[in-house]
Amino acid sequence: MTPLLEVTGLHRRFVLPKPGLAQWRAPAPVLHAVDDVSLSVAAGETVGLVGESGCGKSTLARVLARLLDPTEGSIRLNGEEIGSIPAARFGRDATRRAAIQMVFQDAEGSINPRHTAAEAIARPLRQLKGLSGEALRARVTEAATLCGLPTALLSRFPHQLSGGQKARVGIARAIATEPALLVLDEPTSALDVSVQVVILDLLKSLQARMGAAYLFVSHDLNVVRLLCDRVLVMYLGKVMEEGPAEAVFAAPAHPYTRALVGAVSTPGMKRPKRVHLTGEPRSPIDPDPKACRFHGRCPIGTELCARRAPPVHSLPGGRRVACHFPTLPETPANASLEGAPAA
Amino acid sequence: MSAAATLDAAKIGPHARVPVLDVRDLSVEFRTRSGLVRALEQVSLAVHRGECVGVVGESGSGKSVTAYAVMRLLDAAGRVTAGDVRFSGIDLLAASDADIADLRGREMSMIFQNPRAALNPIRPVGRQIADVLIRHGGVTRDQAPDRAVQLLAEVGIPDPRRRAHAYPFELSGGMCQRIGIALALACRPALLIADEPTTGLDVTTQAVIMDLVTTLARERGMATVLITHDLGLATEYCDRIVVMHAGHVVESAPTAEIFATPRHPYTAKLIAATPRPGVPLSGLVSIPGNLPDLRATNLAPCRFLARCDRAHADCAVPPLLRQEEEGRMVACRHPL
Repeated sequence: MTPLLEVTGLHRRFVLPKPGLAQWRAPAPVLHAVDDVSLSVAAGETVGLVGESGCGKSTLARVLARLLDPTEGSIRLNGEEIGSIPAARFGRDATRRAAIQMVFQDAEGSINPRHTAAEAIARPLRQLKGLSGEALRARVTEAATLCGLPTALLSRFPHQLSGGQKARVGIARAIATEPALLVLDEPTSALDVSVQVVILDLLKSLQARMGAAYLFVSHDLNVVRLLCDRVLVMYLGKVMEEGPAEAVFAAPAHPYTRALVGAVSTPGMKRPKRVHLTGEPRSPIDPDPKACRFHGRCPIGTELCARRAPPVHSLPGGRRVACHFPTLPETPANASLEGAPAA
Repeated sequence: MSAAATLDAAKIGPHARVPVLDVRDLSVEFRTRSGLVRALEQVSLAVHRGECVGVVGESGSGKSVTAYAVMRLLDAAGRVTAGDVRFSGIDLLAASDADIADLRGREMSMIFQNPRAALNPIRPVGRQIADVLIRHGGVTRDQAPDRAVQLLAEVGIPDPRRRAHAYPFELSGGMCQRIGIALALACRPALLIADEPTTGLDVTTQAVIMDLVTTLARERGMATVLITHDLGLATEYCDRIVVMHAGHVVESAPTAEIFATPRHPYTAKLIAATPRPGVPLSGLVSIPGNLPDLRATNLAPCRFLARCDRAHADCAVPPLLRQEEEGRMVACRHPL
C-alpha cells in the first residue's frame, strides 16, 4: 500500500546574507534547516515530530504543508510528486491545496483580525471548494459545530474570542476542506492545561470521524505521547530517531532522545536523576557534513562521531536510529542488527 | 531538600522563623475603561530562607500580579487596596520609592517572563549586567565588566567574553533567559521571584537553568518564588506549592502532599488535566468553564463556584472560608 505522504531525502537550506563586505568573495553561509529527512505517513495515522526549538521541525512542517519549497528531495502525496510544484502555484491548486491543511502555532496571529470567525472558516471553502451562498454557510456551520464552536460565536472577531475558541477557529478552518493530511504546528502550546485537554480530545475525535492523517509538531513529549502513533525526533535538521511512540519513549535508542525523555518532568513525581546535556548546540549554519550533529553535547560521543556521520540503523519494531552507539532495546532480535560498528 | 532546610534553620537560629517574604491578605485592583478588576483578593504567602515556593494556576489567575505587587512594579492602573507585604521585616508597601529602588536588584530581584522584552534592546548585555553591579553591588566601574563576564560564565553562557558585547537580538531565547538570570542573581539577592523562567525554553535547557537557580538558592540561602503553570516543573523544584485561581489563593501545601492529597477541587482538577506519562488522553479531565469575569460586582465569595462540581448552597454565602491545619491551607467549605 502506498503511504499517504512519502518524503525522501528532503532538504531545505536557507542562504544567509554574507557577514560583511570583507568576505564578498567567500561563499554565502547556508543554514541547513532540514537535512536529508525521509519519512512516511499512512492514511489516518498520527506522526509526531519532536525536537527543541531551532531543530527545523517547523520548517519541515511548512515544507510538507507546501508553504515553503524544498531545496532538494521528493514529497509524494498518494504517490504523486508534489514537492516540485512551487509553493505559490500549489496554493492556487484547489484540489491539492485542499488535501493538505495546516493548523498554526499562534491561533491569534494566524487569523485575520478583521475577519469574523465565520469568514475565517469560509475563506478556504470559497477559494478551494468554490462554495457560496447557502451551501457555504451550511458548511461553515458544520465545520464549526464539529469543532465545538457555538454558532453564536461565528460573528465574532478574533479579539472577542478566548484562546481556546481561537484554537477551535484555526482547527475548523483547517478541517473545513476535508484534508487528507493535517499539519499541526504546536496547536496547544499557547493554551492552559484545562483547555489543552479539550483541544486534544477534539483533534482525536475529529480524526476518528474524518480519517485524516496528522503530522503533529510539538516540543511537549507528554502531549505527543497522548496523540501520536509514531514519532520522529529531530535535532539540528536531522532525524535522530524514529519509531512507534510508546517504544521510543519507553526505551530511547539515541542519546539525544534519552536526554529529551529524561528532561520531562511529571507532576507529583520527583525524578531520581537526570541526564544533563552540557554545551551549546552546534550551529546549523554550514554544518560539518562528516560529523554527527549531536557531537559536543552527546554524553557518549567519541572522536569517531566527529569524523564520521552516523549511519542509520534499523531496529526491530520498525524503529530507526542515526547513531554510532545506539542503546538497543533488550530483545533477542538484536542479533539481527546490521551495520553496528565494532565497539 | 527538607533535610537541608532544617540544617539551614539550625545554623541561623531563631531568626529563620521569620519568613524572608511575608505577604498577608494582599488585595489589588485595576481601574480599567470597562470597570474595576479585582485582580487579587486576600492573597497570603510566605517564603522562608532557602525555600522555594511554587505559585501555580491558569493564565489570568493573578500569579504575575502578585509578583509585581511585591516588587512594587504594578502598572499605574493597579492599586493595592489592602494587605501587608513584608520583606525581612521591612514593610514594602509603605517604603519610599528610593528605598525600594535600593532593595530591588540587591536584596530582591525578579526574572521576567519574556526575557527579550525585559532586556534593554540597545545596550550590550555585558553592560546591562555591569550597570546593575555598579548601582547595587558596590562594584567599581573598572571591576564591573570583568565581574559581568564572570556572571555570564556562571549562568553557562559559552564564550562569555565575546557574548558580553552582544545585543539581546543577537542571542537566542535561551541565552536571553540566562542573561535575565545573571542580572537577577548579580547581587546575590535574598529573594528571587522567577516569573515563568523557563517558558519558551527547550526541556534540556530548562533543566540546566532551573538547576542553576536551585544551586544558587542552596549555596546562598536564597528564598525563591517560582511562578509557573507547569506542575511538573513545580514538583521538581519547589518545597511548597501555592495554587491560585482568579485572584485567590485556593490551596497551599508542601509539594508532596498537594499531589498526593489535593484538598481544593480546583487543585485536583488541575492535576487531573495535566498530561503525564502512563495516562492516556481519555484519562485526562478538562476543567469546565472559564475564569469568572473579575469586573463583576456580584462575584461569589468562592470564585471557583461556577466551575465546581462539589458546589453546595452555602458556598455562595460569604465569607470565603480558609481552613488551615498543619502547614496546609485550603479555601473551600467542602474540601476533598
